[in-house]
Amino acid sequence: MRTYHELKDPDRSGLPGQIGAQRRKVAERLAGVRRVIAVMSGKGGVGKSYVTAHLARALARAGGAVGVLDADLNGPTIPRLLGVSRSPLSAPADAVEPVAGLDGVKCISMDLLLADGQPLAFRGPSTESFVWRGALEASALREFLGDVAWGTLDLLLLDLPPGLQRYLELCDVLEQPPTVLTVTIPTPESREAVRRAMRAALERGSQLLGIVENMVGPQFLGSAADDLATEFAVPVLARIPWHPAPDTWDGLGAAL
Amino acid sequence: MKFLCVDCDRQMTFEERRLPGDGTLAAAFKCPKCGRVVAMLTNPMETQLVASLGVEIGGRTVPPQPLETVRKMVATGRDDAFEETGGRADARTGGPTWSSDAQERLSRVPSFVRGMVKRIYVDYARDRGIAEITPAVMDTARAELGLEAM
Repeated sequence: MRTYHELKDPDRSGLPGQIGAQRRKVAERLAGVRRVIAVMSGKGGVGKSYVTAHLARALARAGGAVGVLDADLNGPTIPRLLGVSRSPLSAPADAVEPVAGLDGVKCISMDLLLADGQPLAFRGPSTESFVWRGALEASALREFLGDVAWGTLDLLLLDLPPGLQRYLELCDVLEQPPTVLTVTIPTPESREAVRRAMRAALERGSQLLGIVENMVGPQFLGSAADDLATEFAVPVLARIPWHPAPDTWDGLGAAL
Repeated sequence: MKFLCVDCDRQMTFEERRLPGDGTLAAAFKCPKCGRVVAMLTNPMETQLVASLGVEIGGRTVPPQPLETVRKMVATGRDDAFEETGGRADARTGGPTWSSDAQERLSRVPSFVRGMVKRIYVDYARDRGIAEITPAVMDTARAELGLEAM
């Protein structure tokens, strides 16, 4: 009996072709975006979204065209941080228009699509949902990249959730692994989690831009940023205190 | 995915796809030599896994819609998440009209995905020169385009 590759007629479903078309669409959509930076950390609760939103606003105030893709599908907070109202999204033709937040930062987020207070839940068989849930979340991420009319941007920031899963999905969807900006807090616990994430990003071929140390002050003791900077030979781009002055963000923006 | 008629040693060709709306999928393949038809039947989990990738067994019948997978699959979406136009044949541009029965039927589609479904029907009618969308037109479109689940 002959096997798959021995049958020469094309596969009518063309699933690889459909996947390829999806990736081309993402590439075409991002053709007008000068830089894509993933804001990540292996650790939850270190302020990735907070840093992302304020960095985006600082860059926009400096005259840049900036977008933020809230890739935290299950705990989206970017619209609130950017002061975006939950009005209906416009979907005129082949793309959904991003919404504009404070300082003109464009954004898309699952928060804009979900009913008030509702978790992200999918239609489908409820048993063994782990089999397909990851694939659906990766598809949602791909559609946020490829089906949103980002237009011409100087920078698109991707606010990733804790852990590595979304970063790995990004690597599969984008033509090249994204440049990574890492956020940590000073503690040794954060250092260990972030170290793993940075190692994974490096191994996948991402450029590591540097480290932002957030929540700097007497509440958290440690030297995570310095330790990681030394280990990975990257700069500490900013140290953000608990109550940062506005020019803190301007300085971080300038460092990029 | 390919199917081989072992007796004839010929690759079978895709015939049709059905989505009965119960989470399963049926795809029929035919041997071009002996005419034998076999059907691949997937259970809800297998069907879901394929749908989760945003691809379609048998190939696409309509162009991808913006945020298509999100709109089809998210169960907790806001009713007013999207403001829609009616597709290429929007009424303002002289597109097909909707009969009252068809409008009523469309209103039963969950609002999170309704705009996308409406756009598909309007484009279907426009492409075929259909002036009015009726429930019969919707049935035909669903069958032709493999939209049984919509």
